Amino acid sequence: MTKAAELGTSLKSAVRETRRQRWTRETVESRVITILKWVGVVFFVVITVFPFLYMILLSVRPIADLALQPGTLFVPFDRLTFETYGEVLRGVEDGGQGFLSFLGNSAIIATVAVATSLLLAIPGAYAISRLDFFGRRQVNFVFLAVYLFPAILLAIPLFVFFTRIGLRGSLVGLMIVYASQTVPVTIHMLRSYFNSIPESLEESAILEGCNRFQVMRHISIPLAMPAIMSTGLFVFMIAWNEFLFALLFLVDRRESWTVSLGLSQLANSTLEVPTTVVMAGAVILTVPIIIIFFLTERLLVEGLTAGAEKG
Amino acid sequence: MTDGRRAEDGERGGPTLRQQESRAGLALLSPTFIVVVTVVVLPILWTIFIAFRDLRLRDLREVGFFGAGFTLDNFIGVFTSRGFFDALLTTIVYSVVGTTLAIGLGLAAALIVRAPFRGRTLVRASMLLPYVSPVVAVAFVWSIMLDPSLGIVNGIGEEAFGWQSPIPFLSQRSTDVTIFGFSLGFPTALVTVIAFQAWRYFPFAFLFILARLQAVPADLDEAGKVDGASPLQRFRYILLPQLSSVIALLAVLRFIWTFNEFDDIYLLTGGAAGTEVVAVGIYNRLTGRGDIGAAAAYSLVLAALLAIFLLLYFRYFARKSETAL
Repeated sequence: MTKAAELGTSLKSAVRETRRQRWTRETVESRVITILKWVGVVFFVVITVFPFLYMILLSVRPIADLALQPGTLFVPFDRLTFETYGEVLRGVEDGGQGFLSFLGNSAIIATVAVATSLLLAIPGAYAISRLDFFGRRQVNFVFLAVYLFPAILLAIPLFVFFTRIGLRGSLVGLMIVYASQTVPVTIHMLRSYFNSIPESLEESAILEGCNRFQVMRHISIPLAMPAIMSTGLFVFMIAWNEFLFALLFLVDRRESWTVSLGLSQLANSTLEVPTTVVMAGAVILTVPIIIIFFLTERLLVEGLTAGAEKG
Repeated sequence: MTDGRRAEDGERGGPTLRQQESRAGLALLSPTFIVVVTVVVLPILWTIFIAFRDLRLRDLREVGFFGAGFTLDNFIGVFTSRGFFDALLTTIVYSVVGTTLAIGLGLAAALIVRAPFRGRTLVRASMLLPYVSPVVAVAFVWSIMLDPSLGIVNGIGEEAFGWQSPIPFLSQRSTDVTIFGFSLGFPTALVTVIAFQAWRYFPFAFLFILARLQAVPADLDEAGKVDGASPLQRFRYILLPQLSSVIALLAVLRFIWTFNEFDDIYLLTGGAAGTEVVAVGIYNRLTGRGDIGAAAAYSLVLAALLAIFLLLYFRYFARKSETAL
């Protein structure tokens, strides 16, 4: 009994001792950091997710409600409306804004740009990754320069050139521009993936009597398929989101507008288009991108930051 | 079969394997190279040429691609136009502050999701949303959020914080703020577009810094712990030096891109209210006035300034870090 009590008190004092000791710089800092960390998590989630939530909530609200209570977020269930989507998607002749046809334009342009960019970049990336040829380093430099080169600078000559040859206003001009502008980043992403495939497989195929093109077709490309898919989707996202060239090339011809251009014109239009309808257009523009992004997130992140971890 | 024979030929004095490889490499790369040269390199050279010509959009048909004779008027026009130095100053402030904020936020975000916790994958994915989403859509959402009559920010401000009147975030050039008796002009619209730029591009910095953070060996941190370094000290003396090269790279990349930024500002303010950056000026010259020569000269001046800034940066600030890209 007494022994047990003694043991109890000594244990208690030991605990108190360690508790006092734990108020060191280490513990104070790590506690503060833990708190700050959770504050940070909340902060970042709010600032990144809220604008998208706001977008969706506004797109299903009647405009009259919004004008009355701009500070309120939530829509009463019985006031929910999806007519905004109907109006933005319908063709102009049916009293809508024609987003359905803009979606078609964007999809065609982006798909052709992806196909062209990949067709050009797969052999190029393979060559840079595997083959030793004259000018390999310089080529790398040229592509880096193109990647960094400001779009606004290129916009001038391309705008003038396509105006002169009469391709401005056609989707073809835009496809050419998107494909060529994305080739450097496509090559960069694919090259780093090719670099991660062991060369021994290809070497044994060469010993078996395959030539380079056969090796590429039957071994390297099938192995690189996941990277090719995600790079393709990345190019799709770039082409879908692009604004400057679409504005310069297509603004005079409503029937060839992309969704991005259509939304920007709608947002600035002097006609009375309700904000909630434009917001529905913004949702339509954003949703495909978010779906693609969540499907490819990991591959995309790895491809983009390839090389960064080396410092 | 045929390939085997060809390899034998090589031994007998035909093209060596090395030569074959070199030829194959050039063949595989040439389509890309031709396209990039015709759609990127040649247009840039042509821009340099037309910057010294008097060329307007409406006479393009008569004078052809090369315009009238040699002239320096376009450059004189750039430097004597009243808006140029204002636009340049705005661009520099926008780029420096925007880049710093984006990298700072990205660093904070990367440190936060470094260690695993429940829901980390979702948090990490959500942090990339501003960067991957279409710029037209997010710029529109921001402009409505900040709208004086319909926006939620002013709505909440008036209801909950008792703001006297709504703040026109995107159309007010400056407002007087009194701090300690000093009255300062606060550039409302410029600060708003900078905030937008930091919001939209911090995920880019976040991605790169996080990738680098995850490659830092864990025992480095452990060693610091054993030696009695506190968490802040471990960050300052162990982690930060590991990140310096990726941060330097990000600073260069983001500065280049922000310096030339067009979409964000054009969509948010159209360049009004003291936010006209150089890229918007070029666009206005090109489409508004159809003055191709002036736009080309303006853009060359922009490129030259950018090159000078980068040169200075590499000369004085950058360590001898190899760029990773």
